[in-house]
Amino acid sequence: MSIFLLKRLATFVVTLILASVLIFLVMDVLPGNAAQTMLGADAPPDAVRALAERLGLDKPPLERYLSWVGGMLTGDLGLSYAYSSPISALIAERMAVSVPLALISMTLTAVMAITLGVYAAARHNRVGDVAVMSLSQVGIAIPNFWFAILLILLFAVHLNWFSAGGFPGWSAGFWPALKSLLLPAIALAVVQMAILARITRSSVLEVLREDFVRTARAKGLSRRAVLWKHVLRNALIPVVTIMGLQFANLIAGTIVVENVFYLPGLGRLIFQSISNRDIVVVRDVVMLLAALVMTINFIVDLAYVAIDPRLKHGHQL
Amino acid sequence: MNTALAITRRAFRHPSFAIGAVLSSLVVLAAAVSLVWTPYPPNQMDIPRKLAPPSALHWLGTDSFGRDMASLLLAGAQASIAVGVIAVSIGLIAGTALGLWAAARRGAVEELVMRLSDFTFAFPAIIMAIMLTAVFGPGLVNSIIAIGIFNIPVFARLTRASGNAIWAREFVLAARASGKGRLLISLEHVLPNIVSVIIVQATIQFANAILAEAALSYLGLGTQPPQPSWGRMLNEGQMLMFQAPRLAILPGIAVAIAVFGLNLLGDGLRDLLDPRLRRLR
Repeated sequence: MSIFLLKRLATFVVTLILASVLIFLVMDVLPGNAAQTMLGADAPPDAVRALAERLGLDKPPLERYLSWVGGMLTGDLGLSYAYSSPISALIAERMAVSVPLALISMTLTAVMAITLGVYAAARHNRVGDVAVMSLSQVGIAIPNFWFAILLILLFAVHLNWFSAGGFPGWSAGFWPALKSLLLPAIALAVVQMAILARITRSSVLEVLREDFVRTARAKGLSRRAVLWKHVLRNALIPVVTIMGLQFANLIAGTIVVENVFYLPGLGRLIFQSISNRDIVVVRDVVMLLAALVMTINFIVDLAYVAIDPRLKHGHQL
Repeated sequence: MNTALAITRRAFRHPSFAIGAVLSSLVVLAAAVSLVWTPYPPNQMDIPRKLAPPSALHWLGTDSFGRDMASLLLAGAQASIAVGVIAVSIGLIAGTALGLWAAARRGAVEELVMRLSDFTFAFPAIIMAIMLTAVFGPGLVNSIIAIGIFNIPVFARLTRASGNAIWAREFVLAARASGKGRLLISLEHVLPNIVSVIIVQATIQFANAILAEAALSYLGLGTQPPQPSWGRMLNEGQMLMFQAPRLAILPGIAVAIAVFGLNLLGDGLRDLLDPRLRRLR
């Protein structure tokens, strides 16, 4: 393994630990008495004391932190105060909605954005380019949750092609479940697609000016082959970087869009838990989402090595 | 005077800048005007006229409580502008200071600032706001803090990268040779040379802050009643989208106009301030 990867792995682990400390401080230590926060200011002291004991709040913060981290590593997150069921089971159940949603959305984003970006760059300053750029400018400005509402208005209210929300569960069959995730995935993808298409276009335009492109054309390769095989591979590094950052936005977007479509995913769970003052669930889901974002960024760095072989030999980005 | 006029003329000949400036000004104007005048008091209910379609009395109709939509939209601009200005200022001031420090010191300080930036990026504004809301309750201040904190690494990275390029220039070497310290060089030479990049980024972050505020208010975590906000109007409008779709459409258009305008303004400014970039865009 190269020095670059080892360094990146160490940073990843340290960042994860720091994130867990920060989340623990803000959501466990800072509120003073989480049991009071959960039960409300008017709760009887006995009930607060009992809940504090159940949550282990009578133990010192360091012990609570270590037991929380230990629980996360072993998959035992305790019981949800509002749902009275194991938090890990609750999260696993909700991830069956959120993870496919994020993956469908990211796939849509990547495929459409790279195609549109390369198309626009190949037609630099012509009608196709101007059209893609103008559309992307509009796409960036549209709030994803508003676009989601517009999609519901068009496809559910007027055309009746999709339901306005809800999720039948994967047990109802693959297609019905996938169908209920399609509109949310499109709503999530549009903004990211618009941003990524612009980045792809800029990056491809930059690579198109390189000498090796002229050489490839001079040795007889077709314009299409040069564009898709040589130029795109070299233009992908900034595109992959932005995709990594976009994943964070996508996860944040999931929280909002799941609420628009009433999808029982992590976003809805976190939101319901805030309403229920179930601060322990909020803390665990926030940690999971932050860890997801960091893991994706780490994977993006690994992808650099695959895309740019120079990194294998210790070159820095 | 003539130079200023010539610059303004040149700027307004740039389509992105011109359209962006007009749209952004419209939003700022709406917020400013709503402080002193709205067709009706934004929170004045008129139940007999609830869900009234657009008419001469109510230009954009009324909502489910009979409140005037035009007045609510005008007043809703206040929350967006306030969050944008304060959250971007937090990010700009703290982020630029950190970025300048990193560029001036390099080495361990630079590494620390960059790793901190990476770390903050793992917490999108909405996740940060959820953490703060779960502990302290929903509200405008918490959403401003959350969006502001998320803006810090954006400016820190930008300032550090642009600052590093300036530190490599001969005039900085000359300043160092004349005995100026790092702080003075950062403030007198580095900052003025990167201010245009920061302004462009601030415009784009302003747009992002408006989007984030709308999302948080839509979820009920941001602006709280009775202060009108576009995000909350969208939430209320969604409930009634079968009866009155315009309630779910109009606030979204307001957000989109603001964000579209600010993004175009940022693009235009970038082209005008750094014409070398134009050919790549």
